[in-house]
Amino acid sequence: MKSFLCALALAAAAAPAVAAELNVRVQIPALDVAEYHRPYVAVWIEKPDQSVATHLAVWYQIGKKKEDGAQWLKDLRQWWRRGGREQQMPMDGVTGATRPVGEHMLSFKSDGKQLAQLAPGRYGLVVEAVREVGGRELLRIPFEWPGAQQHSTAQGKNELGAVTLDLTP
Amino acid sequence: MKRIATFVSLSLVSLLPLASHAHKSWLLPSATVSTVDQWVTVDAAVSNDLFYFNHVPLRIDGLVITAPDNSVVKPENLATGKYRTTFDLHLTQNGTYKLANVNRGMNASYEENGAPKRWRGTPEQFATQVPADAKNLQVAESSGRVETFVTAGKPTTTALQPTNVGLELVPITHPNDLYAGEEAKFRFLVDGKPAANLEVEIVAGGTRYRNHQEELKLKTDANGQLSVTWPEAGMYWLETGLQDSNTSVKQAKQRRVSYVATFEVLQQ
Repeated sequence: MKSFLCALALAAAAAPAVAAELNVRVQIPALDVAEYHRPYVAVWIEKPDQSVATHLAVWYQIGKKKEDGAQWLKDLRQWWRRGGREQQMPMDGVTGATRPVGEHMLSFKSDGKQLAQLAPGRYGLVVEAVREVGGRELLRIPFEWPGAQQHSTAQGKNELGAVTLDLTP
Repeated sequence: MKRIATFVSLSLVSLLPLASHAHKSWLLPSATVSTVDQWVTVDAAVSNDLFYFNHVPLRIDGLVITAPDNSVVKPENLATGKYRTTFDLHLTQNGTYKLANVNRGMNASYEENGAPKRWRGTPEQFATQVPADAKNLQVAESSGRVETFVTAGKPTTTALQPTNVGLELVPITHPNDLYAGEEAKFRFLVDGKPAANLEVEIVAGGTRYRNHQEELKLKTDANGQLSVTWPEAGMYWLETGLQDSNTSVKQAKQRRVSYVATFEVLQQ
């Protein structure tokens, strides 16, 4: 019995039985403005040299009835510079329509498409938002992958509310 | 009388290249970072203030637009007004476009049958249009480029290859990848060879709303390399030039070479 328990413990230590999880919450604040358009938002993971490790989400105007908003993606300036401009739109599993005011939850697993190739190391979670006839804001939360349990929040002032990172290794 | 005529024509020759330097020439694109199938519109003007059209339009007879695939494309909706020339460019390809207004010109003064003559043209026209036995011949050559750059999608460098004629900028840092607070590096070539110790002046736009030019005065190193750290985001005007004796016809003793470019520097 004892040796069986030991074997179990060893097995648990040797292979991550449960996939690590990265949860990101992005708050889009309600703004008291005369002309409101939903923001374009990019969420990605950057390497220490600021190059893109993986794209997590890009929300822009996709609606079939309206004009294609891809031409304004360049206004997500940092994301555009760091890798957005090299992508073909839409990006499978990454791009989606703009989101309304409120809190939006994004969940990623270490064996999922976005994170499967993410090597262990230090990274930054970056969230950039830009709004037509509005402003632009960018927030960063550093983390280590897969690292230790982590709960971090960055507070936006204008175009973003709270951005929260929850990491479960 | 003859002496006076000679004196007048001499001073004309020496003044003409200077006159072209008295004002700033520029191409100002409506955007430098764009996406494929979008348009940019470009203002081309000569003025003292940056970037305001308040003097004369830039003559763009020498406009060459090089597309990302290295083909030469045409401007559209070309119009010249009182203060500026404008044209549109359809960005049909992904990558970087180079817009260059290239001038190669010669000025000559001489006497024909005792009468003073003045001539302007290209080095190619010189032999056929200026009499071989012209008396008191004075010839000055000039070669200038006024450039800007526009990128749809990912920046590329195919269109940025030097022609190895006159003064040119070769990117180390891509000219559509410039950011406030970051250092950019360019190499300057004269006829394809490094232009060492070249004095370069950089002025930010918006001069109407400040008291001083606040120009950056920089110099290229021995390899013709220039390093500039952009103080803030905005449109910038760069000018440099030199005089040498690498003329295309032996009658011309001196050549004046100039290079101007407009850059957009973005916020981080």
